[in-house]
Amino acid sequence: MEKPKVNIDHNNKVISLRGLEKSFEDYAVLRGIDLDLYQGENLVVLGRSGSGKSVLIKLISGLLRPDKGTVEVLGNDVLALNDRQLRELRIRIGFSFQNSALYDSMTVRKNLEFPLVRNRKGITRKEIDAAVETVLDAVGLSQTINQMPAELSGGQRKRIGIARTLILNPEIMLYDEPTAGLDPITCIEINDLINEVQQNYKTSSIIITHDLTCAKMTGDRISMLIEGQFQRTGTFEEVFDTDDARIKPFFDYNFIA
Amino acid sequence: MDTASNIPPPAKKRRNGFIKGLGTFFKDIYKIHLFILRFFKEAFLPPFEFKEVIRQCYEVGVRSFTLISVTGFIVGFIFTKQSRPSLSTFGANSWLPSLVSIAIMRALAPLVTALIASGKVGSSIGAELGSMRVTEQIDAMEVSGTNPFKYLVCTRVLATTLTIPILATYTALIGLLGGYLNVATNEGISYTAFVQAFFQPLVFLDFTAALVKSIVFGFTIGIVGCYQGYYSDKGTEGVGKAANGAVVTAMFLVFIEEVIIVQITGNFR
Repeated sequence: MEKPKVNIDHNNKVISLRGLEKSFEDYAVLRGIDLDLYQGENLVVLGRSGSGKSVLIKLISGLLRPDKGTVEVLGNDVLALNDRQLRELRIRIGFSFQNSALYDSMTVRKNLEFPLVRNRKGITRKEIDAAVETVLDAVGLSQTINQMPAELSGGQRKRIGIARTLILNPEIMLYDEPTAGLDPITCIEINDLINEVQQNYKTSSIIITHDLTCAKMTGDRISMLIEGQFQRTGTFEEVFDTDDARIKPFFDYNFIA
Repeated sequence: MDTASNIPPPAKKRRNGFIKGLGTFFKDIYKIHLFILRFFKEAFLPPFEFKEVIRQCYEVGVRSFTLISVTGFIVGFIFTKQSRPSLSTFGANSWLPSLVSIAIMRALAPLVTALIASGKVGSSIGAELGSMRVTEQIDAMEVSGTNPFKYLVCTRVLATTLTIPILATYTALIGLLGGYLNVATNEGISYTAFVQAFFQPLVFLDFTAALVKSIVFGFTIGIVGCYQGYYSDKGTEGVGKAANGAVVTAMFLVFIEEVIIVQITGNFR
């Protein structure tokens, strides 16, 4: 399926990273990352496992702090914010985790209600129920409302994880390996869902993946992360129209797979 | 290729291992102090998580109730039974209720409750938070605008601090019942006479010391369980380590605190 056309505002940067570096002990994961995400855009960050893709979005959401560089999100310097300001900013960012990170001890309904109840003081029961219904409809899983996360399939967990982030109407979505561990058909459903979220919720997104189908279906722009740096950025065709020995095998092996 | 020259001699290897271990130990002490300071900083500042604290109090109470009931009864019963021969030697069987009351109120009730709660509640907190850390649920909470430390740690530590004294009081009462049943069976004493003799040797300091001890034990069990879980290593092994660490460390600290508090309260007698 082709990616639907969307309006991207190239004059409005929602995320801007400059000279980002991050090491764990002696291992340098990110070595000078520059990145801009524009309003309404889906940017896919492709790279091998362990290349620092997940670290990148954790730096954006303030879960990790960089060793060097600047992180600007929705006009805020993330590194200069205090705890309260960071929490307020995070409400505007949706983070979909690789393993969904649903709260095991809560039903789907409670999982979805949790961010809403915590962040919208004075919200009524009726408004909560309506918001839960809306996001469950958006991900097509209304029937699971009273189920526990352990009763859901991998694809359903991913969808509920996305629904939980959508309930706060985020302006930015960060997807960490949205199709990892799923069968090809569920992968396509998740890719479609990412595009629907972009269109219906007017979000700008960074999608971390090593799945080329996901990259092709969801990305307006693709950045290839190799050895802690972006080696190539552009459309899918632009990125892979190369003889670069570090990029070509990535495409070939994915194609064979 | 390794040669004999670049393999460190065993003694040097041991010394390096010891220095590294010592470094990790002091680093952990520093980290746990920061953790405790953060608890005091965040627990008493709004917004307060009253509902979650109450829910956690209920969880702590329910989790330990059956075990504490059985253990408390057995402790009272067995302690009375074992003490009888010594007192009989001096013909002092009538002192049995007083002996039982002093032992239970001053030491056994808070200690037994704390040990049971360390195993039951501490391990459960360690495993629960450890599992939440491993599956990124704590990160998910953080990115959705909730302060996980306040929601998960402060509530659990407050719950154990508030609930363990209540459970210790309950243990004392159940222990009293166990002691009474043993005395009633053997000496045929009435319940009223037993209760009167039970409370007769106790002074205000005994109740205060038991209360302070239970509060300290409760805080220790909560903070150790939360610390182990909150900073658990990634992977399933990390969860196991967190649960195990919570029990072992809490039990060890409970005994140390028992010694310290007994020494301090001894000065006021």
